[in-house]
Amino acid sequence: MNEHVEQLSCQELVELVTNYLEGALSEEERLRFEDHIGRCQGCKVYLEQMRQTVSLLGHLPEAALSPNAEAELLEAFRGWRSA
Amino acid sequence: MAQAASEEKLLAALRAGDEDAFRELVREYQPSLVRVARIYVSTQAAAEEVAAETWLAVLNGLDRFEGRSSLRTWIFRILTNIAKTRAVRDGRTLPFSALDPGRVPEAAVAPDRFLDPEHPRWPGHWAVKPGPWPEDALLAAETRERIAEAIEALPATQRAVISLRDIEGWSSEEVRNALDLSETNQRVLLHRARSKVRAALEDYLNEAGT
Repeated sequence: MNEHVEQLSCQELVELVTNYLEGALSEEERLRFEDHIGRCQGCKVYLEQMRQTVSLLGHLPEAALSPNAEAELLEAFRGWRSA
Repeated sequence: MAQAASEEKLLAALRAGDEDAFRELVREYQPSLVRVARIYVSTQAAAEEVAAETWLAVLNGLDRFEGRSSLRTWIFRILTNIAKTRAVRDGRTLPFSALDPGRVPEAAVAPDRFLDPEHPRWPGHWAVKPGPWPEDALLAAETRERIAEAIEALPATQRAVISLRDIEGWSSEEVRNALDLSETNQRVLLHRARSKVRAALEDYLNEAGT
């Protein structure tokens, strides 16, 4: 049965990577995706790079609040509290 | 999950006027509030004003908050309303496609990286395959700077989604609730944002490796 399934091209696969990582592919789509990854070095590396990208994003320092902005907000909080 | 219990505690502390609790909340959410506000307003300064206005509205609404949604979702709903009002006041109309990305297709990888879809033997296969990235370069501080630049260069909606999901670590459901996005649109926006950051990293690492 598998032989009748249309194969994914690499160009199609790269558009499915997020759906794959999010677990949003149907069972059939997931099998086609994994079958392609198993046979294609370029796409295997591509998937790994997307995983590395996500992992690096998770280790970025979060944007910090400027001390000024924080002081202003705390001032507003004190105003609210005493109101 | 302990989240509900700690939220109860936090709410009680805020209502009691505990400044440390408020500071903690502000530190946690202010950067995300500003990023989300940027979807609706055109400048960083306007986004910061919207965020400040949001905190006031949060404080004023605190006693009426009933916990039907999470505190986080509630805060971001307030932000979105204020940001939309501000956008209207500034005469800014949101491009139709900003929250509905399906209308405008965008390729994850430049089409010239692939062979022609009509190629007789390898249609749509890699013409220029991606090569593995050097592990040590990935961990370098400059790589992180490149990622930050790539995120800054994204359209505001994509930037908000990737920031909340991947930098702040929110679940897709939380992002959908905060931004009022459908499941599909959230995924499309995340996909485009991640694809662009990957491409920027590839450009940089290829350059660095040669």
